[in-house]
Amino acid sequence: MIRRIIAGILVSLSLLVAGQALAQDIERGREVFQYWCAPCHDDGAGRPGTIALQILYNGEKPAPLEERTDLLPEYTKTIVRTGISVMPFYRKTEISDADLDALAAYLAP
Amino acid sequence: MPILPPGINETDFSAALGQFAETVGTNWVFTSDEDVALYRDAYSPFWGSDEEKLASAAVAPESVEEVQQIVRIANRYRIPLYPISTGKNYGYGGSAPVHSGSVVVDLKRMNRVLEIDERNATCLVEPGVSYFDLYNAIQEKGAKLWIDCPDPGWGSPIGNALDHGLGYTIGHFRDHFGSHCGMEVVLPNGEVLRTGPGGVPGSKTWQQYQYAFGPQLDGIFSQSNFGIVTKMGFWLAPEPEAFREDTVAVYNHDDLIPLVDVTSYLTNSSISNGLPGLGSPLLRAIGTSWGGPDSDPEHIALLQTSDRPALERYGREKNIPYWTCNIKTYGPKEVINAQWAHAREKFASSIPEATFTEGEKLEFPLTYEQGEEYQQGRIAGGRVDFGIPNLSIFQIISRTPWNPDPKFGHYYFSPMIPKTGEAIFEASKVFTEAYDQLGLPRPPQGITSLPALYYQRSAMLLMALQVTRNVEVDRKNRSAFKELVKIAAEHGWGEYRTPPAFQDDVMNAYSFGNNSLRRFNETIKDAIDPNGIISPGKSGIWPKNMRKA
Repeated sequence: MIRRIIAGILVSLSLLVAGQALAQDIERGREVFQYWCAPCHDDGAGRPGTIALQILYNGEKPAPLEERTDLLPEYTKTIVRTGISVMPFYRKTEISDADLDALAAYLAP
Repeated sequence: MPILPPGINETDFSAALGQFAETVGTNWVFTSDEDVALYRDAYSPFWGSDEEKLASAAVAPESVEEVQQIVRIANRYRIPLYPISTGKNYGYGGSAPVHSGSVVVDLKRMNRVLEIDERNATCLVEPGVSYFDLYNAIQEKGAKLWIDCPDPGWGSPIGNALDHGLGYTIGHFRDHFGSHCGMEVVLPNGEVLRTGPGGVPGSKTWQQYQYAFGPQLDGIFSQSNFGIVTKMGFWLAPEPEAFREDTVAVYNHDDLIPLVDVTSYLTNSSISNGLPGLGSPLLRAIGTSWGGPDSDPEHIALLQTSDRPALERYGREKNIPYWTCNIKTYGPKEVINAQWAHAREKFASSIPEATFTEGEKLEFPLTYEQGEEYQQGRIAGGRVDFGIPNLSIFQIISRTPWNPDPKFGHYYFSPMIPKTGEAIFEASKVFTEAYDQLGLPRPPQGITSLPALYYQRSAMLLMALQVTRNVEVDRKNRSAFKELVKIAAEHGWGEYRTPPAFQDDVMNAYSFGNNSLRRFNETIKDAIDPNGIISPGKSGIWPKNMRKA
């Protein structure tokens, strides 16, 4: 939720400052997250990724990915292209390199 | 450098790739190791072994014309192609080809919802459209229509229907191929064919009736390699007014027979139009009950024995039903209440000891919160009962409290059996013995699986094997799967769908008339695809130049 608010603020600020390109990237990253990641990694009922990370981290880290503060861009990009556990990897017709950069920026600390 | 298509030299392959790039643009031809690796099947039962089925390259067209041109180029150089829609058919092959060295034709970029007709409750879509996309398009239009989706919502309505996929809502909508209406297909010679009324130029009824003049050809393009489907129409359900879900519980082992019979009567009479769900609270770890055996040591000990009367007694003492069946009904509120009252009478007259529990009663449209609440505690089923796509099903293989050490995916052995209690008992006995013989983990009390009742007049067993990514374990599991196919065939049961690893085995089990089915498919294949370029080996159908003597 905090990340969503920050993303909104960044989009608003983008009208005023030179960070417009960055804000657009982060907004695109949010869209990519909502479309491709949220069905498993959102908070809510029956999200397998969130349930799995709850068990894996046992409270040491937040389970929903948008609440994490340690997802370095290179890590996000690697996981999307290699998969992990039962999560498969994503083709470039699904998540393009540009969209992956935006997603990684959105989830970055 | 990825592998080459077998029998194709580097010069020809390079020329074909160059022409693919001229057709779709260089950005949409994938040839590097890193990019081609994204077309591996993440749930491959061959993962990491020499037998893993791998692509040589991938090409991603955006239009029918581009698909036609790719097919013409492939004919010129004899390049095997393997079309995928969204590539999300995990457990049944993912985005990897059946024939190693094929060029994957990735149709994900063809992702337009071309038409939603609310008055006639139909749609027309391209192969790259996912169930999420179609659902979102309907919501954005504000149409009061439901899709019927399988458990994973990221799949393609076209790809799922073509592989005989199934869903969860009302009656015949659950049969995704059966509720399609009209196809557009790029044939192996590059021509475009439209089925049904679409054969009339400018047809006004392409999505409105399923037949045309002459033979109805649609079926030959499902689970086949006779063309590349580029458009498909589907019938949608008008949003119903209300839904209710009720549960029948019975306490004797043999009560399953009348329980299934009454359920069939209700389904076949359209008195109950939802997907019935069989479960066994007493056996716990099977059917629609999840979470593993009860923690009571006496119960656990009984589950390890074959002492059925003792287990029945335990269930009665603890008020734990041997079998349950969830009955779901959609329609006008007053009508479905009357339908349930009738259903209850039918069960009670057939099984006097049956008990009944009234469950969810909902009216549509649901709020987001209602959808979330309904999903709580459900894995197979849930929001998909209302045509709301999601990915909750992956909890059956991901890390959960009852599966703390997940593997890397799974695939299903899925024979179709008669929809009777007797058939369920027989299949259970046969496959329990087979499990013992093959060294697979034995299920409690000899029940391998309770069938899913997606189809109205048959039952489907779904028995999962894990993908371990341990080459030796996966090899043993593949070997066990092949034996299960043979054992099923000896009892008159054939699989409805299977991963590429076993498609030859399953097709060979359909051996009536000296394999006349497979041979007829081969006759068609040779006639319409003489160069054997479309999905060689799909469903065990190999072109003449690749068939074993």
